[in-house]
Amino acid sequence: MQTLRVLVVDDETGMRLAIARVLSGFTVRQADAPDEPIAFAVETAETGEAALDAMERAVPDLLLLDMKLPGISGLDVLKEMSERHYEALTVMITAYATLETAIDATKRGAHDFLPKPFTPDELRVAVRRAVRHLMVQRQAHRLAEEKRQVRFQFISVLGHELKAPLAAVEGFLQILKDGSAGDDPAVIGQVVDRALVRTEGMRKLIVDLLNLTRIESGQKRRELAHADLREAAVAAIETASSAASARGIAIALDGPDKAPLVADRGELEIILNNLVSNAVKYNRDGGRVDVSLEQSASGWLIRVADTGIGMAPEDAGRLFQEFVRIRNEETRHIAGTGLGLSIVRKLAQLYGGDATVESEPGRGSTFTVTLKTGTPTRG
Amino acid sequence: MARPSGKDGVGIMTSVPLPKRVLIVDDDEDFLFQHKIQLENAGFAVTTATSRAEAESLVDEVRPDLAILDLMMEQHDDGFVLSHHLKRKRPDLPVILVTAVTAETGLSFTPSSPAERAWVGADAVLAKPIRFEQLRREIDRLLAR
Repeated sequence: MQTLRVLVVDDETGMRLAIARVLSGFTVRQADAPDEPIAFAVETAETGEAALDAMERAVPDLLLLDMKLPGISGLDVLKEMSERHYEALTVMITAYATLETAIDATKRGAHDFLPKPFTPDELRVAVRRAVRHLMVQRQAHRLAEEKRQVRFQFISVLGHELKAPLAAVEGFLQILKDGSAGDDPAVIGQVVDRALVRTEGMRKLIVDLLNLTRIESGQKRRELAHADLREAAVAAIETASSAASARGIAIALDGPDKAPLVADRGELEIILNNLVSNAVKYNRDGGRVDVSLEQSASGWLIRVADTGIGMAPEDAGRLFQEFVRIRNEETRHIAGTGLGLSIVRKLAQLYGGDATVESEPGRGSTFTVTLKTGTPTRG
Repeated sequence: MARPSGKDGVGIMTSVPLPKRVLIVDDDEDFLFQHKIQLENAGFAVTTATSRAEAESLVDEVRPDLAILDLMMEQHDDGFVLSHHLKRKRPDLPVILVTAVTAETGLSFTPSSPAERAWVGADAVLAKPIRFEQLRREIDRLLAR
């Protein structure tokens, strides 16, 4: 049982007692937590001054505030509360709610009005409404806080991911500067090559990061047009072909001659490039990559299967999260930003679809992306 | 003069019977590569390993004269454990432990108590980023013992 603190401010003793009596046995059930009814602990104050004193000790969850009080008015109390940053959900009790005073009170933070005289039922209805509002407000606050935490964590990891290649490049430059690598041109060449590999990785990370940010902020200018998924697949295979043939990996494409859908071509390319290049990177030498395009009832199914290192089920579950890279002996030598699959999933979701993986360690993985035809969500 | 001298070339190398062999263990390939070329240029023979398991399988065969171990590999304490194992096998082998922890994790993995230090058995602990001259000084000091 959760208990909300209610402060009742009214100069009429009878009114204070009546409200306290009605609320003392009253509970509100929430739709999403029916087993945890909300009860009320009622405090009372006779004047606005006394109410502010009480709030100085502890700000209530709910404030039932009479508009007309002997000393400072209910409006003055609201004003003072906003200056002191007291946040209590306020229901104004008033015998003469003119439109003007109502607007005034609302401006100063009042949530609702309860016109005098009222029945116990009307009081209960007003309190129930206020509680619902309060709970929604708190839920929204919790979600915002969670989002802030996720963002904070993202930035910390990003900072580390950007710092690591920079540190490596600095190390290489330092070696060249102090001459500690000697003067063998072959060794110097290796140092420069390694440094370039790390700057290349960093550049990819930044490109991925910009793509991700555009998708998430909805600011990526999307150019929706009639596109062909097959063309995107062919282009992605072409891009991956030199890396694939260097390791004896064969890539096959299966599907109809045309795979039309309304989409942003750039987005289709990002999806297919990520899937195909991963299937090559995480493959074994001499392995296979099978890309297939299948029409489904609602759109298209892209399947990219590899014969690579695969992964454990617990790793597969985390794979689409940002900066998740499966780290083990087999993946140590494979470069990646940790953002590619997260981008693929977010893009698929813009097309009302999703990205999933099935995998078996040592045997290979199959990635499936679904894209719905029809009008995609505007980013 | 037991200490190998390099840099100035072949003539001096011939006056040293055999270059000293250094084993470097780290999962960061750039760290391995950077230190390998610098140590080779300074006249050492270098063997690298990217994991504790690889290092343990190599050590009998390559008979290093000194080992440089990263603290955190797959497990946070791999460097400690590897140091302990190497020292048990070869009590005379000088071991330098390299740590890179504090900035990212906010944790310190430096062995703190005398008992821990004794168990780990490392002869020197250096914090990343390490300057090569600093590493070189430690190597010379430990090999001169």
